[in-house]
Amino acid sequence: MAENILEVKDLVKHYPLTQGILFKKQVGAVKAVDGISFELKKGETLGIVGESGCGKSTLAKVLMNLERATSGQVLFKGEDISQLSGAALKAVRRNIQMVFQDPYTSLNPRMTVGDIIGEPFEIHPEVAPKGDRRKAVQDLLDVVGLNPEYINRYPHQFSGGQRQRIGIARGLALKPEIIICDEPVSALDVSVQAQVINLLEQLQGDFGLSYMFIAHDLSIVRHISDRVGVMYLGKMVEIGSDEEIYENATHPYTQALLSAVPVPDPTARESRDRIVLAGDIPSPANPPSGCRFRTRCWKAEDRCAEEIPLLAVPSVLEGPAAHESACHFPEVREQAAA
Amino acid sequence: MDTTEREREAPYSGPLLDVRDLHVEFVTRDGVAKAVNGVNYSVRAGETLAVLGESGSGKSVTAQAIMGILDMPPARIPRGEIRFRGQDMLKMGKDERRRIRGQKIAMIFQDALSALNPVLTVGFQLGEMFRAHRGVSRREAREKAVELMDRVRIPAAKQRVNDYPHQFSGGMRQRIMIAMALALEPDLIIADEPTTALDVTVQAQVMDLLAELQSEFHMGLILITHDLGVVADVADKIAVMYAGRIVETAPVHQLYARPAHPYTRGLLDSIPRLDQKGQELYAIKGLPPNLLRIPPGCAFNPRCPRAQDICRTDVPELFPVAEDDGTPLEGRGSACFFWKETLHDR
Repeated sequence: MAENILEVKDLVKHYPLTQGILFKKQVGAVKAVDGISFELKKGETLGIVGESGCGKSTLAKVLMNLERATSGQVLFKGEDISQLSGAALKAVRRNIQMVFQDPYTSLNPRMTVGDIIGEPFEIHPEVAPKGDRRKAVQDLLDVVGLNPEYINRYPHQFSGGQRQRIGIARGLALKPEIIICDEPVSALDVSVQAQVINLLEQLQGDFGLSYMFIAHDLSIVRHISDRVGVMYLGKMVEIGSDEEIYENATHPYTQALLSAVPVPDPTARESRDRIVLAGDIPSPANPPSGCRFRTRCWKAEDRCAEEIPLLAVPSVLEGPAAHESACHFPEVREQAAA
Repeated sequence: MDTTEREREAPYSGPLLDVRDLHVEFVTRDGVAKAVNGVNYSVRAGETLAVLGESGSGKSVTAQAIMGILDMPPARIPRGEIRFRGQDMLKMGKDERRRIRGQKIAMIFQDALSALNPVLTVGFQLGEMFRAHRGVSRREAREKAVELMDRVRIPAAKQRVNDYPHQFSGGMRQRIMIAMALALEPDLIIADEPTTALDVTVQAQVMDLLAELQSEFHMGLILITHDLGVVADVADKIAVMYAGRIVETAPVHQLYARPAHPYTRGLLDSIPRLDQKGQELYAIKGLPPNLLRIPPGCAFNPRCPRAQDICRTDVPELFPVAEDDGTPLEGRGSACFFWKETLHDR
C-alpha cells in the first residue's frame, strides 16, 4: 500500500469556555475534537461521517491550521505541521487545500472569477509567475469544466454547481497534494451533485490527489471513499474500508447511523430493520463519562460509563469485522433481509 | 374539533384537497418569473402525497399558495383552483379562508428555529393556537400545550413548557412545530422539507412520529422534499415537479421501479449505488432552467437525452401512462412525448 501522506496523532481541539468580563477565567471547554488518530494514504479518499456537532468540521480546520490544535500532532510527510508558523506554515499550506460547503458564501461577490481563482498565486508567486497567471486561471477553469472565457464574470452570474466548480478550481490552483472537502455537495441540487462528484473523482485520477471527504450523506461518502471514519462527539468511533464499515460495522453508533439513512427504494420499507436512537447528541462541553455514545446506546452497561473504549481492532472478531472500532462490545449486527 | 362537526362533514367523499391548473407568477425587476405553471394534484384523507423537486421547481410555492401565505404582490395567481373539500379557497373571503388555515390545513416548515418566535415561550406559542381559534382561557391553553408536547414525546413537557425555542435542540424544535400543526386536529398537513435541517438519526425519529400521528388522526399529508430516500420511506404517491410543472405522477412503488419521465429516470440513476463503486455516476447534464426564461416546449428538453424536435416546440401535457396492451396504470401520468419508450428503458 502507498505511503502515508498525512498522519494524525491524538489530535485535540478544545475551545475554552470563560466566565467574567475583565478577569476571564476558564470554567470549562467545548471538547470539539478530543483525541483523534488516523492516517491518510497517498492517492486515497478518506471519508469522514458524523452528525452535526461531532467535530468533523473542526477537524478539517485544525488540519488546515486555520485553528491551532490544543495538543496532538499532524504529520505531513513525517513532519509535524500543527505548531508551525510563518514561512514554514505558508510553505506547507500550499500542499493542503480546502473546498468549502457553501459555494454562495465562500466566494467573494466583489471579485471576478479570475481574481478568486488567481488569488492563491498572489500568496505563492512561485507557482505561476505574474505573466502566466491569466493563462493558468483559464487552464484551471477548463479543468473543472467551465468556459475559460468566463474569467471576468462575477460569482452571482453562476449557478450553485458552477460556483462549486470555481471553488474546486481555487483549491487546485496551487497544485496541492491533499484536498479537504467539507460537505462539498450538500448545498447543491440532486441533479447537480453527481456532476460535482464525478469531477472530483476525475481530478483525483488526473492529479494524484488525496482527499479527505467530510459529509453527512452516507451513500455519497461510500461511493467516493476508499476508507471511512465515523465520528461521534469529538471521537473517532470506527474506521475501516468502505466494505468493513458499511457491511460489517461493529460499533452500535455506526449501525444506528446506517440504519437511519432513508433508502431510495420503497420495497425496502417493510423489510428494514431500523434502529431509532433515543434523544439527541449530548453537549461536547459536558460529554458523558466513559464511552460517549453510552447515553443513547442500547448495549450500554456499567463498564461503558467507567472505561473509555479505545479505537482498536477487537481481538474477538475475524475477517472484515476485524477493523478498528471503539466499543467494549463490538459485534456485527445481524441484518434482517436487506 | 367536536364530533358533531366531523359527522356533518362526513358525507363528502371527494379528495380532501384538489389543486387544479394552478399558476403562480412573481413580478420581478427582470420580468415575470413563472414559478408554477399549471399544477394539478389531489390528496385524500389518510393519504401521503410526496411532491418531489429541486430548488426552483415550484414545490414550495405551490404549498404556500395552498396555505394562502404568498406575499401578493410580488406573487400573483393568474389562474387555477385550490379546492378544499370541494370548495375553491381562492374564491373565499379572507375570514372564511382564515378559518380553514390553521384549523383544517396546517403547515410544518423546514427551519423550526426561524418559524418559531424567539422571544415567546413554546408553551405560549402552542397555547396561542387554542386562544386564537378556540377562545380558551390562558390556563386551559397552557394545559393543552403540555398535552401536545407530551403527544410529540418531548421529555418532561411540564417542566419545559416555559422554555424558549433556543433552549431546545433541532429535533425537539421540529417536534414543537409538529405539535403546533396538530394542535387543532387539522384534516391536512403540509410539511415543507420537515427533516432537511436535521441529522439522519433525528430525521428518522421525526419522520416516524409524523407518520404515526398521521395514521392515528387519519389526516392527509403533503410532503414536500428533494430527498428520494425520505419519499421512498413514507409516501403513497408521488408528484415530480420540474420548472413549475408536474412532470410525472405515480404510486410510490411504480415510480421507483419504472419511471416514465426522463427527468425522474435521471434523478434515480444519479443516486450512488453499490454496484457502481469506482465508476462514474450518472449525471443529468446542464442546469435547472431560469424561471424568467423557461425553454420553449418541454422545459426539460435542453437536459434530456431523449429530446426530439417536437420537445423543443410543443409543451407535453400529462399523458396517462398505460401498459403496452393498453391497460391503464392507475394514478400514473407522464409529461413526456416519449413516456412509452422511457417506461421500457431498463
